[in-house]
Amino acid sequence: MGWFKRLKDGIQTATQNKKEAPDGLWYKCKSCKETSTMKDLRENYYKCPLCNYHVRIGSHDYFDIIFDGQYEELFSNLIAKDMLEFVDLKPYPQRLQEATKKTGLTDAISVATGKVNRRALVIAAMDFSFIGGSMGSVVGQKIALAIDHCLKTETPFLLISKSGGARMMESAYSLMQMAKTSAKLTQLADAGIPYFSFLTDPTTGGVTASFAMLGDINFAEPEALIGFAGPRVIKETIKRDLPEGFQTSEFLLEHGFLDFIIDRKELKERVSDLLALFAKAG
Amino acid sequence: MVFLEFEKPLEELYEQLDKIREVEKGGVVDVSTTIKELENKIRNTRKDIYSNLTGWQRVLLSRHPERPYTLYYIEQMCRKFIELHGDRNFKDDKAIVGGIGNIDGQTMVIIGHQKGVNTKMRQYRNFGMANPEGYRKALRLMKMAERFNLPVVTLIDTMGAYPGIEAEERGQAEAIARNLFEMAKLKVPVVCIVIGEGASGGAIGIGLGDRVYMLENTWYSVISPESCSSILWRSWDYKEQAAEALKLTAEDMMSMGLVDGIIKEPLGGAHSAPEEMAKTLKKHIKKTVAELKELSNEERIAQRIDKYANMGEFDYYEEEVAEETDKKDKSKKKKK
Ligand SMILES: [Zn+2]
Repeated sequence: MGWFKRLKDGIQTATQNKKEAPDGLWYKCKSCKETSTMKDLRENYYKCPLCNYHVRIGSHDYFDIIFDGQYEELFSNLIAKDMLEFVDLKPYPQRLQEATKKTGLTDAISVATGKVNRRALVIAAMDFSFIGGSMGSVVGQKIALAIDHCLKTETPFLLISKSGGARMMESAYSLMQMAKTSAKLTQLADAGIPYFSFLTDPTTGGVTASFAMLGDINFAEPEALIGFAGPRVIKETIKRDLPEGFQTSEFLLEHGFLDFIIDRKELKERVSDLLALFAKAG
Repeated sequence: MVFLEFEKPLEELYEQLDKIREVEKGGVVDVSTTIKELENKIRNTRKDIYSNLTGWQRVLLSRHPERPYTLYYIEQMCRKFIELHGDRNFKDDKAIVGGIGNIDGQTMVIIGHQKGVNTKMRQYRNFGMANPEGYRKALRLMKMAERFNLPVVTLIDTMGAYPGIEAEERGQAEAIARNLFEMAKLKVPVVCIVIGEGASGGAIGIGLGDRVYMLENTWYSVISPESCSSILWRSWDYKEQAAEALKLTAEDMMSMGLVDGIIKEPLGGAHSAPEEMAKTLKKHIKKTVAELKELSNEERIAQRIDKYANMGEFDYYEEEVAEETDKKDKSKKKKK
């Protein structure tokens, strides 16, 4: 665990800073290129006040939006291990260190438990800012532990996906997390505990091809990139341009893979409604 | 015979052998000792080459154009086999084949990726890269197996699920995810064997089982070495390094505890003695299915889910010990 120990002090100061949402005074929209104040952006759930573009945010931002004030983070002491001594342009531990230094996070997913309009919910939310939200052993294990927690406490589970897919630096360990998370989800299904899968920009690769597509309810933020293969790979394979709107949330809704798309402003109410309706179903 | 780049010394010896055989046909000189010596040399050279293969060389072997594919094995192993087509929804995918067959008295459902044996067939089989309907056909057959209490055997050999517009429209990701979910709780024995290439989601999409084996000269990884090179090294030229870094050989996978066993190939690879390979494969399948049938469905499923739940390696941030002590103990036990 060498890579983490050296970072310890850095982490503690960065913990307050775990959010991916932008800061500063001004925000220039990636979509409409217009500028608005950070205050307006924040008050608008990190959506562009002018064009409603949903700015990418992090796990703790979602916790703040969805939970009633307080929440308790779980399993935050799990950290990645460089089992393969993987080195590409740089060693894996160095990538991990840099990601932690940059984000204040220990890996690409955080799990928390709290209340949504007074109903209990466990949320696991991914962070794209941590090595592209890639899924390695820690992501798989935290999801497995979150599911165990839901089973033990009979609490519904919301998983917020935001990932480029597998973490190559963990090779087959990473691949097996697809099997692991899917296998664990069968236990939740058998126990009759609802699993809501919320897909945000971007959700691709092994994450889409495992837990993200397995919700009792699958829903997404508007205009998120969602797919199995990345658009670049598809373009190189078929050697022609991709149709407009390909692999967006709207595209997936149209093709029958999402139940609905929800504006971030209405996210909490929708989650709360789901919890109420599924509670009555039991 | 097709020789791979690292088999060059063998190719030269075979060329010499051919020449001497020509001389022999002339009948003037007695060359029988020379031929014997050459044959010996070939045997030893082959042994040398094959006892020191790199990750990348295994990748090349797994793609050898003469390597046997799923339908060859089925034909060799099954006294009777009926191929079954279609996902009952959209189409029959030619990159995944499946059906019901009998191996020495045990009826089972066998499913596998299928590559083409010549240029025309490679197109027809889409190079063994399945679309969603391939995974859905596989699932349909597995659910049928479950209804009739038949073991399921899957043979994995793909460079990936097909990345195309239609594949995305029809939900490639959903099809693979659904298979993982359903295979985790399938009530019958599931045996998966990597017979060639095991690339990523396209491989694991029919690859979750009670036992997962790899033939000796195959690979299994989250990504192909070429794509890994292009993404992490930002160039296509580092495929050898990527193959080493990914630890994708059967031995690597075994030492990581991510597969349950390695099935030996004949010296020189499966393609050098395909019938022998099929016999070995059949023996393994029979033995494994018989073992798995000893367990109750509930036990088997519990063990299967447990096996996957334990896959993964991580550390604990020691400073936050408070309530995590018990979990830590559990994980230490797990690591044997
Ligand atoms: Zn805007």
